[in-house]
Amino acid sequence: MSETETADTASPPPINRLWVWVPLILFAGFGALASFMLTQPKDEFVHSQMIGKPLPEFELPAASPDRPGASVADFRDGKPKLLNVWASWCLPCIAEAPHLEALRAQGVEIVGIAIRDRPDDVALFLDRYGNPYTRIGADDLSEVQLELGSSGVPETFVIDGEGVIRHQHIGDIRERDVPMLLEKLREAQ
Amino acid sequence: MIAEIGHAALWLAAALAILQMVSGALALRQAEGVHSAYALYARPAAVVQAFLAVLAFGTLLYSFVVTDLSIKLVATNSHSMKPYLYKLTGTWGNHEGSMLLWVSVLALSGGLLAFAERRLPERTMSATLAVQGFVAIGFYAFLLLSSNPFERLPVPALEGVGLNPLLQDIGLAVHPPTLYVGYVGLSVAFSLAMGALITRQVTPDFAKVMRPWVLGAWVFLTFGITAGSYWAYYELGWGGWWFWDPVENASLMPWLAATALLHSVSVLAARDALRTWTIMLGVVAFSMSMLGTFLVRSGVITSVHAFAVDPERGTLLLVLLALYIGGSLTIFALRASSIAEGKRFTATSREGALVFNNVMLSAILAIVLLGTLYPILTEAFDVRVSVGPPYFNPAGAIFAIPMFMVMAVGPLLRWKDDSPARIQPELAILGAIALLVIALVVFIGDYPLLPVLGLALAAALGVAALLPLRGRKLSRVPTATWGMVLAHFGVAVSLFGMACEGAFTEERLAAIGPGGVEEVGGWTLQLESVDPVPGPNWTAIEARIAASRGGGDPVILKPQARNFWAPTQATSESALLTTWDGQLYAVIGDAAGVGADGKQRWQLRVWWKPFVTFIWYGGLLIAFGGILSIVGRLKVDLRTRKAARVRSQRAIEEAALAEERARPKGVPEPAE
Repeated sequence: MSETETADTASPPPINRLWVWVPLILFAGFGALASFMLTQPKDEFVHSQMIGKPLPEFELPAASPDRPGASVADFRDGKPKLLNVWASWCLPCIAEAPHLEALRAQGVEIVGIAIRDRPDDVALFLDRYGNPYTRIGADDLSEVQLELGSSGVPETFVIDGEGVIRHQHIGDIRERDVPMLLEKLREAQ
Repeated sequence: MIAEIGHAALWLAAALAILQMVSGALALRQAEGVHSAYALYARPAAVVQAFLAVLAFGTLLYSFVVTDLSIKLVATNSHSMKPYLYKLTGTWGNHEGSMLLWVSVLALSGGLLAFAERRLPERTMSATLAVQGFVAIGFYAFLLLSSNPFERLPVPALEGVGLNPLLQDIGLAVHPPTLYVGYVGLSVAFSLAMGALITRQVTPDFAKVMRPWVLGAWVFLTFGITAGSYWAYYELGWGGWWFWDPVENASLMPWLAATALLHSVSVLAARDALRTWTIMLGVVAFSMSMLGTFLVRSGVITSVHAFAVDPERGTLLLVLLALYIGGSLTIFALRASSIAEGKRFTATSREGALVFNNVMLSAILAIVLLGTLYPILTEAFDVRVSVGPPYFNPAGAIFAIPMFMVMAVGPLLRWKDDSPARIQPELAILGAIALLVIALVVFIGDYPLLPVLGLALAAALGVAALLPLRGRKLSRVPTATWGMVLAHFGVAVSLFGMACEGAFTEERLAAIGPGGVEEVGGWTLQLESVDPVPGPNWTAIEARIAASRGGGDPVILKPQARNFWAPTQATSESALLTTWDGQLYAVIGDAAGVGADGKQRWQLRVWWKPFVTFIWYGGLLIAFGGILSIVGRLKVDLRTRKAARVRSQRAIEEAALAEERARPKGVPEPAE
């Protein structure tokens, strides 16, 4: 302590030491900016370019023994449907299973596409979390998924009676999304 | 059960951090020299806390190795089919795990400091440990309250989601942990700086204590950045070695600050100058580490590294940042004026050169920081911009070029005061070398300005780096000086690699079918075949390319386009052919339709990059220079400590002897 004290008195008095506040002021500016940006909503989803366009041509084999596979032709029967892209290895898919079930209970027809899945796993998943699907196609190489412009699982598309993609829902379906999807299906009539 | 042990260890460690802070802070209330009963707890608290944090990390490692799918973190980031090594590295390939690693390293370096450091005045040490504990508490709270890595799922998952395939690479096994040791090792420099600031003990002795910590963290940062750059180079398949990506910048900024700090701390140790400046750099260096962590982890910046994040975490991190960076800068501003300026020196002295380069490094740091934050700034006004090489390269060069010039000359100057006339012959030689290289390159061809200047500077710097050895007996040169020579030479080597890559790289993009031939940089490449190949958790399209040069035997290159299925993602595995004078870099792209001859054609991208490997060789040399420097300093330190011990021992003996002599002979001891 004493050593520094003597050095203090020996050295010339500090002249202009205002610069020591500069880093703090700069940091305060950064803090203000960062806190503003954190409150801003951010759209990080990759939206499909296919919305408003007809479904791509596809014909998928069945992913589960008790449901048929899926093809484009199934969507052209005049009735709007949901196309649910999912997988048994996907955790959010477990979370959305009851809400898909709720949609089914309202009379919605749901076609599933299982991405890179194994029949045993699919059966186990449906056994455990319920099976709201009328048809399940197996997309083993994500080919149809990519053509749909879907970047992940789960995603749900609203398809109208002519097989045109009307709406894309990214991520798992939550409870509040159910009325919204029903509304979209009505619009697609 | 194992995960619960880890979780409990983490809570205990947090409690010990509080004890460490309180004990250290209470000890400060005593005057120097007066023994404080409170001070007793700070050191052991730090040491035990280090054990507990490492234990917590160990249990998470274990959970990943056995793929315990009842833990949410494992289920969302691992997969039972993943190769063993990547199960292990998956531990830190995600937000929670990497934050736990961050905190473990923080606790470990704090524990090491508490255990090993005995030279500092007791009050400064107490203040340092209090600050270290204070920093640790915040990050324990962050981890336990918002990013608990040990959270269980109500129902165990059937199968894990998998690890981002880009991260399934050996580069990831070493790169982030190395960087983290560097980032967080700087926390010790930060705590020491704050401790010295609080007790106003900014002395050369303090600088000697701080120096090995700065050097150690800096060596790890250098290794980490070098490995990260090479990883991005061969894994991303874009042929570049630095992308000015926010995540890369987040690692570069602490390095720039630490480089400046390690030079200014040397000035403080040797000459008792630059006191305030050293303290500020100590604060700034770790602040940059925390800022980098915030930028990467909060999601305010979008980057190719794309870490999923939520705003709650970002807010918590920002609060911690405000507390630590804001708090330390406030204390700095309030206290700095009471720290004496230290010894004076002239501009043409070694200190002068070091100060100049310190300012240049800080300017480059400011440029990188501004470029990294600018997109956030404009986004606040709803303009999305991306800042890239067209800004960073020229703006950085403005300061880097004078810095390299002074760096060549600085080590030749004497401390305190020197005249430029004394080193005139050396200056002339270096100038001549630089001009010769420029003339030569301009004669060969038309190349961009920056790489040409880079080549000239690299040549001059390479020679200049070795000049401090001239006229000295090599076996007598101190180890630390060897370290400096090696590190400065490494900068020259790296600069040479960067300049060559910038000036002489040749690139070809072709769509060819099997049998097709392409030429680049004197190499002849023939596409032999393209076949699917299976991997452990991916399938790939693999090309076989025969590359030959000057009629030599062809070498087979096998670039792959991999498709991972858990999670689904495509990555490209570049194929590299390394020769002494550069690298051939090949990437296979998508199918490009059927050619006129009826064969399937493929997109093929090939580069010839002369001497590109020197970039990373240089990085390694710089890091090894740092290691030599630590070894040298510690050796000297141990020697002086031993000498001091011997001296004090002798003094005691001499005093005893003198006392013995002073006693009148023949007089018996007084009886009881």
